[in-house]
Amino acid sequence: MASTNDPFQFQEFEEAGNLLEANRDATTINIEEDDIKPDKQRKAASFTPDGDDEDPLASDDKTELLSGPKKSVPFWTFEYYQRFFDIETHHVKERIIGSVLPWPGKNYIHVHLHRNPDLYGPFWICTTLVFAIAISGNISNFLVHLGKPNYKYTPEFRKVTIAATAIFTYAWFVPLALWGFLLWRNNKIMNLVSYSFMEIVCVYGYSLAIYIPAVVLWIIPFEWLRWCSIVVALFLSGSVLVMTFWPAVRDDHPKVIIAVLSAITVLNILLAVGCKAYFFSKPEAVLPAAATEVTKAPSST
Amino acid sequence: MAAAEEASRPFAGLSDVSISEDIPVEGDISVPLGPSTRRDEEFSTLDEPVKETILRDLRAVGNKFIHVLYPKRSTALLRDWDLWGPLLLCVTLALLLQGGAADSDDQGGPQFAEVFVIIWFGSIIITLNSKLLGGTISFFQSLCVLGYCILPLTVAMAVCRIVLVGGSGTVSFAVRLVVVTASFGWSTFASTAFLADNQPPDRKALVVYPVFLFYFVIGWMILTFSPSQ
Repeated sequence: MASTNDPFQFQEFEEAGNLLEANRDATTINIEEDDIKPDKQRKAASFTPDGDDEDPLASDDKTELLSGPKKSVPFWTFEYYQRFFDIETHHVKERIIGSVLPWPGKNYIHVHLHRNPDLYGPFWICTTLVFAIAISGNISNFLVHLGKPNYKYTPEFRKVTIAATAIFTYAWFVPLALWGFLLWRNNKIMNLVSYSFMEIVCVYGYSLAIYIPAVVLWIIPFEWLRWCSIVVALFLSGSVLVMTFWPAVRDDHPKVIIAVLSAITVLNILLAVGCKAYFFSKPEAVLPAAATEVTKAPSST
Repeated sequence: MAAAEEASRPFAGLSDVSISEDIPVEGDISVPLGPSTRRDEEFSTLDEPVKETILRDLRAVGNKFIHVLYPKRSTALLRDWDLWGPLLLCVTLALLLQGGAADSDDQGGPQFAEVFVIIWFGSIIITLNSKLLGGTISFFQSLCVLGYCILPLTVAMAVCRIVLVGGSGTVSFAVRLVVVTASFGWSTFASTAFLADNQPPDRKALVVYPVFLFYFVIGWMILTFSPSQ
């Protein structure tokens, strides 16, 4: 303080611009320091620029103070992973509902995660989605071919493996890439909002929750119904993701913003449409097929 | 000086206990109450016939089967765990699921290894999940409970194969659906009766859900099984 006061007294008019520069530097240094400090400090710093996030702040403070400081333990210990399962039933419910009903202007990570990302939700949502896709794809395939003379029902167990590969790849590698990219951009452009890897994984995992009811709806063999549910699910999960990552890239180049947000959206659409095309056979495509080809239909779709 | 006194204080109580010279310190440390009979019992397993040893283990396994069939929140299943019963049930289930439709085709039902992996890795992941959520149950106890609670589903599989001999029409499917649903409910109920008590009350649902999913998938594999013709 004393060092900034001195030039202010003696060189009022000469170096006003410099003074402004120095002040600007001082604030940025402050932010950097805050970034290094964990938990509360960092949280407060990242919250101040967002005026619309004021509401959760009041309630957050209490929970943050009650939870106490987090210990840092090495990653090979059991306690390290226990941190990611430190949630209760109502937390999971709130997080799922929050991901299914996004609210404009509410950042999912700030409102729901409270700097306490969990792995329970992402893992079990992904697992449920894998089996939901495989099982309902199988049922819809059965319903489409019901009554065909040459059709013989098969459980198509291999679809579980394929669905697991697709969904776990999406839920882990996309966050990894996004995290790496945001880290790289954060070095170039001073950003007030930064997310940890676990938070990104958590958002991605919970954003898949809406697909579980959608996939169950896909059992009904009406194409229009399937496309409606796809569009609704895409809109909901996509808006959660876009609204969450918007503050993280907001100060960046417009080109980068468009690239990041469109990549997030395109990958989301790719997953949903890809799953629908692969696991759920279209009635139109199969109906004109010859009776001899019907038995081969499950392997070609 | 004061610091030295302070340091020696924790042992002040110990220094009072003086072992008098005439009591010999050596000797064997054993509880006087009937140690000889216990030791004899243990030693006797060495010269008992192999048949008895196997039968005793089988009796223990059978006893646990009864506990699963009448789940009444007893801790007998938790106290002494074994993995013989789960192995037996898992192999039986996997063998019964063989010979399904289009076995040579990739699109067929689950193979032996797939059933095996799903059951073992599934129970390991559920156990890890409950441990990470702060459960007080030990790792192998939980594996044991999850493995033994497949029993109703294995029975359902046997019933399904018998029903499928009669034919695979709508009636047979309805019977199988009822049997599998009942045994799935039974398995879930039995395992949660044993496992849920060891969890903090706020997290019971989080522990029960994976168990539900696990038995649901096994039930699905049993229900969709159709033999090759």
